[in-house]
Amino acid sequence: MEYILIIISAIFVNNIVLTKFLGVCPFMGVSNKVETSIGMTGAVAFVLVIATIVTYLVQKYILVALGIEFMQTITFILIIASLVQLVEIILKKVSPPLYQALGIFLPLITTNCAVLGVAILTVQKDFNLLEGAIFAFSNAIGFGLALIIFAGLREHLDLMNVPKGMKGVPIAFIVAGLLAMAFMGFSGIVK
Amino acid sequence: MSKLSIFSKGFFKENAVFTLLLGLCPTLGTTTSAINGLAMGLATTFVLVMSNIVVSLVKNLIPDKVRIPSFIVIIATFVTLVELLMQAFVPDLFEVLGLFIPLIVVNCIILGRAEAFASKNTVGDSALDGLGMGLGFAMALTILGGVREILGSGSLFGIHYMQGDGMLVFVLSPGAFLVLGYLIAFINRLKKA
Repeated sequence: MEYILIIISAIFVNNIVLTKFLGVCPFMGVSNKVETSIGMTGAVAFVLVIATIVTYLVQKYILVALGIEFMQTITFILIIASLVQLVEIILKKVSPPLYQALGIFLPLITTNCAVLGVAILTVQKDFNLLEGAIFAFSNAIGFGLALIIFAGLREHLDLMNVPKGMKGVPIAFIVAGLLAMAFMGFSGIVK
Repeated sequence: MSKLSIFSKGFFKENAVFTLLLGLCPTLGTTTSAINGLAMGLATTFVLVMSNIVVSLVKNLIPDKVRIPSFIVIIATFVTLVELLMQAFVPDLFEVLGLFIPLIVVNCIILGRAEAFASKNTVGDSALDGLGMGLGFAMALTILGGVREILGSGSLFGIHYMQGDGMLVFVLSPGAFLVLGYLIAFINRLKKA
């Protein structure tokens, strides 16, 4: 039951992009086509889960054990940056088709604040390892859900007759605002 | 480029938020009021100036291949500094901004300026560039926070100008997207005129 609450809360109620504002840059940047946003979602889900597990273990067995929690920010960002590199190298070797699909998105993920944000949130919320992994995965799904819906809307938006000054970025932000409003309907389901 | 234009380009012509669309997460996430936006902007400015100075000091010592990781370590150091200082001296603000303080590390503006400007220019110019870009970012966040506070809570910088609550939706998450969308449209209009 607890796990279901974590999943619903992370995907709908506290959606990572639309409610917590993490990962807005890729949300705006790669949402021009549904296809690319699916690729981005895959890459984020992959890195997010691995990064959360690794940072959790490092936090618990190195930082807390040695009493140097203030090194958290530096440690986490270095872990994430090197992890992204590592994932890229391994994927290239092990599964070329997957690398073809996710390759171009991987370098972008280092500066995706969703990854660092979820890693820090997992520590702050005192999750255990399994809860942390589920939390990370459901956040990735929430990110993907928002991104793919938004990409679908934007594809239609290109065909619409938008006032000249609002074309492009401004109307995209307003559509995102309306989408966030729709997601507000879920608030209150889980605390 | 003259000293003045290095400093002033961050405010309008190359404003990080309104023109380049960088650093959107803290822009949307922390601007529930003008004060919060200003605080976030100033914290980012501090990190930006300091990391620009250090990057331009060590630019000839760092091999090209490990450039980016080295920049990230430098930035993360200053972010940790800000984090500890804010926790000690302004704990209330630290609570409100919360997660977004450590997330200054992944703000693309900072790494972007280190790579695009500080790694090629002198220390003085880099500091000036960081200051201009940072204050431009702070200005954008304060405007966005101010508009949201005026509409959403009926106050500005915490001073109430009307009774009651205002339109709550502007303080909640949809308001951030809506206000930023209209502000960018407005700025685009100004640029053409």
